[in-house]
Amino acid sequence: MTSGYLLLEDGTVYRGRSVGAGGAAFGEAVFTTGMTGYQETMTDPSYAEQLVCFTAPMVGNYGVADERDESERPHGRAALMRRLGGSEWAEWLASRGIVGLEEIDTRALVLRLRNSGAMRAVAVADEEALPIDDALEQVRTQAPMEGHALVAGVSVREPYVFAEGVGPRVAVVDYGTKRSIPRRLARTGVDVSVFPHTADADSLAGFDGVVLSNGPGDPEPLEAEVETVKALLGRTPVLGICLGHQLLGLATGHRTFKLPFGHRGANHPVLERATGRVLVTSQNHGFAVEPSDATEATHVSLYDGTVEGLDFPDLRARSVQFHPEAGPGPHDAWPIIDTWVGELARA
Amino acid sequence: MPARRDIESVCVIGSGPIVIGQACEFDYAGCQALKVLREDGYRTIVVNSNPATIMTDPGFADRTYIEPLDLESVASVLERERPDALLPTLGGQTALNLAVGLAEGGVLDDLGVELIGAPVEVIRRAEDREEFRDAVRSCGLEVPASRIVTDADDLEGVLLPAVVRPAFTLGGHGGGFADTLEELRQQVERGLSESPIRQVLVEESVRGWDEFELEVIRDRADNVVVVCSIENLDPMGVHTGDSVTVAPQMTLSDEAYQELRDAAAAVIRAVGVETGGSNIQFARERATGALRVIEMNPRVSRSSALASKATGYPIAKVAAKLAVGYTLDEIPNDLTKTTPASFEPTLDYVVVKFPRFAFEKFPGADRALGTQMKSVGESMGIGRTFTEAFLKAYGSRELDPGAATPWASLEEDELPEGLHPWFRAEIAYAKEELGSGDLLRAKRAGWGDDTIGAALGLSGAEVRGRRHAEGVRPAFRRVDSCAGEVAAASNYFYSTWGEESEAVSDVGKPRVVILGSGPNRIGQGIEFDYCCVHAAQTFRSLGYEAVMVNCNPETVSTDYDTSDRLYFEPLSVEEVLAVCDEEKPVGVVTQFGGQTPLRLARAIEEAGYRLLGTPHDAIDLAEDRERFGSLARELGIRCPPWATVGTLDEALSAADEIGYPVLVRPSYVLGGRAMRVCYDDEQLEAAMEAVHGSVLLDRFVENAIELDVDALCDGEEVYIGAVMQHVEEAGVHSGDSTCVLPAPSLTLAAALEVEHVVKRLGPELGVVGILNVQLAIADGTVYVLEANPRASRTVPFASKAIGVNLVDAACRLAAGQTLSELSLPTPRPTQVSVKAAVLPFSRFPGADPVLGPEMHSTGEVMASAADLPTALAKAERAAGRPLPTSGVAFLSVRDEDKLAVVPVAAALAGLGFELLATVGTARTLAAAGLEVVVVAKVADADPDETTVVDLVRRGRCDLIVNTPQGGGARADGYLIREAALVARVPCVTTISGAAAAVHAIASARAESALSLQERIGVEA
Repeated sequence: MTSGYLLLEDGTVYRGRSVGAGGAAFGEAVFTTGMTGYQETMTDPSYAEQLVCFTAPMVGNYGVADERDESERPHGRAALMRRLGGSEWAEWLASRGIVGLEEIDTRALVLRLRNSGAMRAVAVADEEALPIDDALEQVRTQAPMEGHALVAGVSVREPYVFAEGVGPRVAVVDYGTKRSIPRRLARTGVDVSVFPHTADADSLAGFDGVVLSNGPGDPEPLEAEVETVKALLGRTPVLGICLGHQLLGLATGHRTFKLPFGHRGANHPVLERATGRVLVTSQNHGFAVEPSDATEATHVSLYDGTVEGLDFPDLRARSVQFHPEAGPGPHDAWPIIDTWVGELARA
Repeated sequence: MPARRDIESVCVIGSGPIVIGQACEFDYAGCQALKVLREDGYRTIVVNSNPATIMTDPGFADRTYIEPLDLESVASVLERERPDALLPTLGGQTALNLAVGLAEGGVLDDLGVELIGAPVEVIRRAEDREEFRDAVRSCGLEVPASRIVTDADDLEGVLLPAVVRPAFTLGGHGGGFADTLEELRQQVERGLSESPIRQVLVEESVRGWDEFELEVIRDRADNVVVVCSIENLDPMGVHTGDSVTVAPQMTLSDEAYQELRDAAAAVIRAVGVETGGSNIQFARERATGALRVIEMNPRVSRSSALASKATGYPIAKVAAKLAVGYTLDEIPNDLTKTTPASFEPTLDYVVVKFPRFAFEKFPGADRALGTQMKSVGESMGIGRTFTEAFLKAYGSRELDPGAATPWASLEEDELPEGLHPWFRAEIAYAKEELGSGDLLRAKRAGWGDDTIGAALGLSGAEVRGRRHAEGVRPAFRRVDSCAGEVAAASNYFYSTWGEESEAVSDVGKPRVVILGSGPNRIGQGIEFDYCCVHAAQTFRSLGYEAVMVNCNPETVSTDYDTSDRLYFEPLSVEEVLAVCDEEKPVGVVTQFGGQTPLRLARAIEEAGYRLLGTPHDAIDLAEDRERFGSLARELGIRCPPWATVGTLDEALSAADEIGYPVLVRPSYVLGGRAMRVCYDDEQLEAAMEAVHGSVLLDRFVENAIELDVDALCDGEEVYIGAVMQHVEEAGVHSGDSTCVLPAPSLTLAAALEVEHVVKRLGPELGVVGILNVQLAIADGTVYVLEANPRASRTVPFASKAIGVNLVDAACRLAAGQTLSELSLPTPRPTQVSVKAAVLPFSRFPGADPVLGPEMHSTGEVMASAADLPTALAKAERAAGRPLPTSGVAFLSVRDEDKLAVVPVAAALAGLGFELLATVGTARTLAAAGLEVVVVAKVADADPDETTVVDLVRRGRCDLIVNTPQGGGARADGYLIREAALVARVPCVTTISGAAAAVHAIASARAESALSLQERIGVEA
């Protein structure tokens, strides 16, 4: 195995053994605390242009399976692991061009990112091919994640029908959607169509409900998408998830900001204000809606107080920052999708 | 929802003595609960019969009752204290059963006591097979199908493969697996004939399926959190307590894991546990993903203690807070302080638990693992990878050399059948790394210096030296429950390799490192953990930072709340020195953790660290027979004549010189392992065959009173804390004998002589701290049997009986104070206290349940009363062997005891007992004028003659006095004792024990419960 490394823009180096593809992967170094679901994570478009550090001690233990892919191709650019848990996973990484490093001191990396914030970085498979000094120069020329619009690079080009159902017709606007969202919708029996991020409000308004999907990058530069959401509001029921939640927030006058190092994991508690119930949620976001006491803020993070849910009954629009579709992560919030679909069916 | 204020006082029930399946974990749970309830302003009352628990310390609850855990006692405590609520979910199955009994008997309603944590209907739903099945099915899940069968011809609808479990046989004896209908019929027939009620349970077999457990918590707002997933390496069919387990689960994909998570949440809701933790066990077929719910414990458990230690999430503490009304989002996470208890823990390390077995103590016992738990303790390892954690736990078992145990080695053919290939591959990887010759790689895989040394032909110390030269040193990592996502000033650490260390902030206080006692085993149990916990408390109160090192997940010492810093590490030279190098302590405390830390004492001193209090030389002086013998001679202290021998010839000639009987024991062993009393050459030959290496022969002092003395010494003065007398004659291991304080048959002269001996020994040995001396008195002569310059098993009992905390005082002495500065009160207990041992024979069919020089007990109970018979009767009740007050007594004693049994039998007859005896004993009793019915021995009986074993089985005997005759395990006496064990009839195997029992039956009085605080005159 060749000796590789991860280099942060502040110059910190973490050495590891290369177990995936060759080359160098530039991106934002982030960490996820989920203990299962490595393949789902790497194929989640929200991880576009990111180097993913797994805090789970062993990664790859249970192999790979095509049905676990959350999209057609991987989006995370590197997998940073304390220890590789199986050769199938290494082969998967290599065959998909993802840099994989094991024996990385992941905890040191996490503590660094936690204290200094997410950073631009590079994962290099072979130190001899790219010396650290050269790499550092290149890292510092990369665009930072803040202000970075990534949706166009991951959204579908053309609309398509995901599942034909007997119930209401639902459109998913693909800002980088995980398959679990249309899949979960389809499980409820609805008819699901997927639209590119450029879809206009008029064509979406013809559906019985619209889901604004998750997706990568900073929501703020997505002005056109926000305008579309504004134009759509009130015309048909809307459910925002993750980036979709942030877009709904921006469309309704809330502000978003970059979290120091994001929320990524499968254990985040979210308080549902109306009921006092706590949901254990799957999360993956680097940006968030600013804390708010406004009544429309229905869910709040018990971790840092950020807004985890919005509800505008008059506009028939609501959203959640976390991932009710799970995949990976707990199913506690499945009912949010089911309830929303149920309401569409009754409307 | 805030705490309930309609409740002001809460009673917590403990789990009683340590038995297999219920160990220190419930002391840990009880302590946590009492702590948070008191912090919240609740008045607390605790009932527990186990004196070696921290929870029964006078300062831990407002009122402490060391009373038997039976309905009668607990009811009388409730009546006296009138608590508003009873919390039964922290004391294991014992507490849960008591709660159900008290509720069903109407006691709780009569006294207006509310059951919190788990209502009776919830307990029933979790425990009743039918109700549980219905609850599970209501969630769309399945339990293994099962049927009760009483006729081998009635097997319709039984699913194969099946497991057959006969009702009411010892250790499930007579059960087995069947793959075909023919095998099933045979198994059922066999099971029916073994079962005294001719009944077997036939269950769908999930043997070989993967086994998972989830620790789940629910609050009254219906929030559910999964604290931890645990995967068993030994597949289904082996009790989870006997399995090697790993957390978090290693082999399930996200979708498979989430299915378990959903199932666990559904089951806790369906069963209806509203507040608190539950452990839910699943079987999962690897190939198909088929799932069965195996069982649920609606309470904290051994697994929840493991999960708490594995994650840093204090389940018992949270459960107690939930029981009084808080919700999960209102309880802060202990380690992060900023996040709530509804944040599910996530791990960036791996935790492995190994069971510790003690089969070597039970020759003849069946060592096959099954659905009944047989292990006596556990060790846990934390590492950044599976193999690191696995090898730490594996090596922490402290096995006796050559002891037969599952997982004896990591050779491919020793690994359990059905082990998941992933674990097999990881173990193979670790072996490869060991063979790589690269020190860092071998360390990262988890190998200890000693093993690496063995592979390289070096000693562990040499490997260490080489490593240090290469700069290969361990790093210390925090357990923080959140994988580093939240800044946590956690004080809970483990070591790993090739990483950055997380710095410990220096608060400017001197530090002491306290070494714990490792996994529970027979001879070294909770008593030592009790001492270590007190040591931590005392040093903290003296202005030190207390640093704990231990690897037993059950204990209070491994609660990060106990010390300033906890290192969850193996107790071997390498790890302990690494902690010292990190902490730079002013001293290391080795005198409280039993033999485990003593074994390290020399290496610690050699590495330049100071032992606090008693130095290593004192230990050597006490344990080295030559040195101790010459010291005793110098001081004019008598020891029984002795010799050290290496061969049989030497033994025979030494015995000839010393004179029979002789006590044979290997040097440096724990709990009297392989100890035998030999009366002639033939027995000595047999005994020598069973041991190897250097062996001690002592003249066995017959007909002696045996005493245990716990004392303190500051290097000059000695304080005698407790002089305890054993009820059984010398020859029964002190850990197994019933022990009385104050010593009832000690004459003033003998008492003074004992005091004199101990007072000279302490300073001469160089003890600074605590000292235990075992003595025998025969014909007015005082002999010293052994001196141990460390805390003994009796310390917690003695401390509670005399009302002086001996550990606290010993730590103060070790820290440099003198006895005159401490001015401890002279102990003048107003009550008689009795400590009785609890024995695990029912778990080991095949082993003879008889007391002897080798220790067998797993735990102990304490009872106090105004007089000895009352205290003794209460202790027997507390030990689960209530003495009968009338009925049939069966006596069968060996020839040496024939004379002595007469007064015992006469007393029983006088109390109205009908006497039964075997021929020889009956002849003696009849000759003494007693009316006695002769009953046949098994060996002599005609085919259809009723034997004593038949009578015992049919419940026709109420008390058995049977002293062992020697001979094979299948001799008559063995069959009688085994039958008594199954029928739960009290069976006394020594004459002195029988005499004490009869005394207790005759003179015990009804006495109401008295709290410890009242008894020793302190207010909490």
